Amino acid sequence: MSGESTYNPGNGFTKWMDSRLPIMRLAHDSFVDYPTPKNLNYWWTFGGILTFCLVTQIVTGIILAMHYTPHTSMAFNSVEHIMRDVNYGWLMRYIHANGASMFFLAVYIHMFRGMYYGSYKAPREVLWILGVLIYILMMAAGFMGYVLPWGQMSVWGATVITNLFGAIPVVGDSLVTLMWGGFSVDNPTLNRFFSLHYLIPFLIAGVVVLHIWALHVPGNNNPVGISVKGEQDTVPFHPYYTVKDGFALALFMILFSYFIFFAPNVLGHADNYIPANPLVTPAHIVPEWYLLPFYAILRAVPDKLGGVALMFGAIFVMFLLPWLDTSKVRSARYRPLFRQFFILFIIDCLILGYLGAKPAEGVYIVLARVATVYYFAHFLIILPLLGLVEKTKEVPESISASIHPTAPQAAE
Amino acid sequence: MKNFTLKALASSAVVLASLVMPAHAAGDAKHPEAMEWSFSGPFGTYDRNALRRGFQVYKEVCASCHGLSHMAYRNLSQPGGPEFSEAEVKAIAAEYLVEDGPDDYGDMFERAALPRDGFVEPYPNENAGRAANGGAYPPDLSLINKARGGGADYVYAILAGYEEAPEGMEMRAGLYYNPYMSGGKIAMPAPLLEDIVEYGDGTPATVEQMSADVVHFLEWAAEPKMEERKRIGLMVMIYLSIFAALMYISMRKIWADQH
Amino acid sequence: MADAHPPVAEEPNRRDFLYLATGAFAAVGAANIVWPLIDQMNPDASVKALSSIEVDLAAIESGQSITVTWRGKPVFIRRRTEAEVSDARSVAAAELPDPEVDADRVIKDEWLIMVGICTHLGCVPLGQSGDFNGWFCPCHGSHYDTSGRIRKGPAPKNLEIPPYDFVGDTRIKIG
Repeated sequence: MSGESTYNPGNGFTKWMDSRLPIMRLAHDSFVDYPTPKNLNYWWTFGGILTFCLVTQIVTGIILAMHYTPHTSMAFNSVEHIMRDVNYGWLMRYIHANGASMFFLAVYIHMFRGMYYGSYKAPREVLWILGVLIYILMMAAGFMGYVLPWGQMSVWGATVITNLFGAIPVVGDSLVTLMWGGFSVDNPTLNRFFSLHYLIPFLIAGVVVLHIWALHVPGNNNPVGISVKGEQDTVPFHPYYTVKDGFALALFMILFSYFIFFAPNVLGHADNYIPANPLVTPAHIVPEWYLLPFYAILRAVPDKLGGVALMFGAIFVMFLLPWLDTSKVRSARYRPLFRQFFILFIIDCLILGYLGAKPAEGVYIVLARVATVYYFAHFLIILPLLGLVEKTKEVPESISASIHPTAPQAAE
Repeated sequence: MKNFTLKALASSAVVLASLVMPAHAAGDAKHPEAMEWSFSGPFGTYDRNALRRGFQVYKEVCASCHGLSHMAYRNLSQPGGPEFSEAEVKAIAAEYLVEDGPDDYGDMFERAALPRDGFVEPYPNENAGRAANGGAYPPDLSLINKARGGGADYVYAILAGYEEAPEGMEMRAGLYYNPYMSGGKIAMPAPLLEDIVEYGDGTPATVEQMSADVVHFLEWAAEPKMEERKRIGLMVMIYLSIFAALMYISMRKIWADQH
Repeated sequence: MADAHPPVAEEPNRRDFLYLATGAFAAVGAANIVWPLIDQMNPDASVKALSSIEVDLAAIESGQSITVTWRGKPVFIRRRTEAEVSDARSVAAAELPDPEVDADRVIKDEWLIMVGICTHLGCVPLGQSGDFNGWFCPCHGSHYDTSGRIRKGPAPKNLEIPPYDFVGDTRIKIG
């Protein structure tokens, strides 16, 4: 962040260290004295919550890997061994399995928050792009992780998703064979998915470091979307936001614990407690809930290549968001029209999620097509046009002025 | 307006959560009725007597065709299960023979099972199971309650729900009518008949009673650590509530000078 | 406002206590979650269930040994000759690096049963070799006598005696 570092090494050792590897200074400037807009609301606590989720997944994942066997003949049994014999193994597995869902729940809130308050706009485009990258890595990790227990949904989910790549012209078939390491999803596939599933979280951690770096250069956006104008607009990160993030995290952990201890299997699919059988496909193959909207887009298109292209397009269009949104005003608070379209967009995503869990037939297909069209229209038509036609509300002069308005002004 | 957005986002989480409940679109199958189980709910626990009776039903009826491959005899004495004594478990295990070896001469030999051994399987492999059952493999029951969308209610409904086939329905030999089964046809003949087992505790062995007992037992087989899980969960919830309250008060104090 | 900071005399104390209590509460929670993370590495239920074995000794003749596996470790079972027993008993225990009387290391004089793992760094010693005609560990040159006691070399302790019992005249249960 701009401004001088306020770090003051207290004793001989920290002084010695500071002139060699100023890691304490970095931590101090990033997480203690980091000037943070004083008006951040609870939607801003999800960055901390996501860090917690990542650490939780890595720790429980490393532990599960100590007991898991990535082999088609033993994977399912080794998971049951974890559930039944390993000390607290059931706890580790339920934390990890539900942790994935919690991670995605938090990341979706984090992303929608960014969209609502225009956190992707200049000068935070790189921050947003790194975030989308993390999201894509998370989907890859989540998908491969779901394959590891080697239940019916694992193997058939893997079959369906890897077959997507077969749609690519010319190289498609060879690519799929390459990914499988054979002629169907089998032991080589399971082995490499395990290896990559173990790798990806560390890639995510690396991109998270960049993401935080890219955050701390321009500083946080905030609910009014106005840049920080001076010290009167900020508070030090610690203790103000450590305690606020901590409180929000405690509430989040209550929800998380509810799933772990009292409903550990509602977010999973019953079929994944049936050992993988390459000869019998389950009646309805559904991915985990967090991938459902994309699955709905995939199935909305009658053409294989078209469906795949659109599904990946739905993700990649997010990279362009900073340039598709032409409005100069960041926060939706001052964009009455955008706010309504934003709500429609959320509803559209929920509808897509709902349709992704339904069989691809009849009215569901029609609805999925409408919702898919709207999804892309939101990014490619509505956002660019809105910036040009929308009449925005008057934006306050500064953050502190928005908190303590001098004149009675509708600040919600 | 801000509140509206908040609500929209919050309800999105709820909607998403409800979406993932698998749509069990079994179409023509009758929907299983929701039963009262002692193990449901955040404070639910297993009923030891039901578990023991259920084990008896499994052992005397189901085990002739269905395996319980993820269970070992030692599990029968662990906390949170039927909690037989170790001596009882030894005696139960000793009723079965398992192959061991090779001995000093390189030969495999049979010995009485020990508590540490897994439940003896009814068939040496899946093909043998199919051959003995007209092509339909009797599935392993260790996880059956978790592997079926309707859970315990569904398994109970199957066991206690056999009926005469409705008129006009063509039943091939080796298939039986069960309205809870997708398609109405099941390869397993009604397994439980009144008084097929004799309960040691004098409970009348009706079909409903035996079905409920064995489903109770299978729920434990699928989720043997449930009691420990809920017990720890309760402590965690109490802890987190207090912690959240403390964090909230701390936050209010810290932020007090900013408002 | 940020600069409004009216210092009230007793307030800081009450605040400090609150922060201390919150911090301590968080620390207790963290400590509790750490235990399952560690305990998962301890032997699991299926490993513990395998922890005892029975061995039939009838076929072993005097002067012969067998090695069986118990908890993944070799266990030496030697039917000692009379010479070996008297050898082991002729030494004054007090002179040994790890003083122990031979009679305390066996249930029946003839049968020496011990874990075949050198107490130095865990290699498996060779039988009937070394300077004391007992066991010799080739890794770092530890010599054990006919009672499995350390006599020479870097190992600090005698070979370990596993818990065992005779369940018949010629049948033992280890563990």
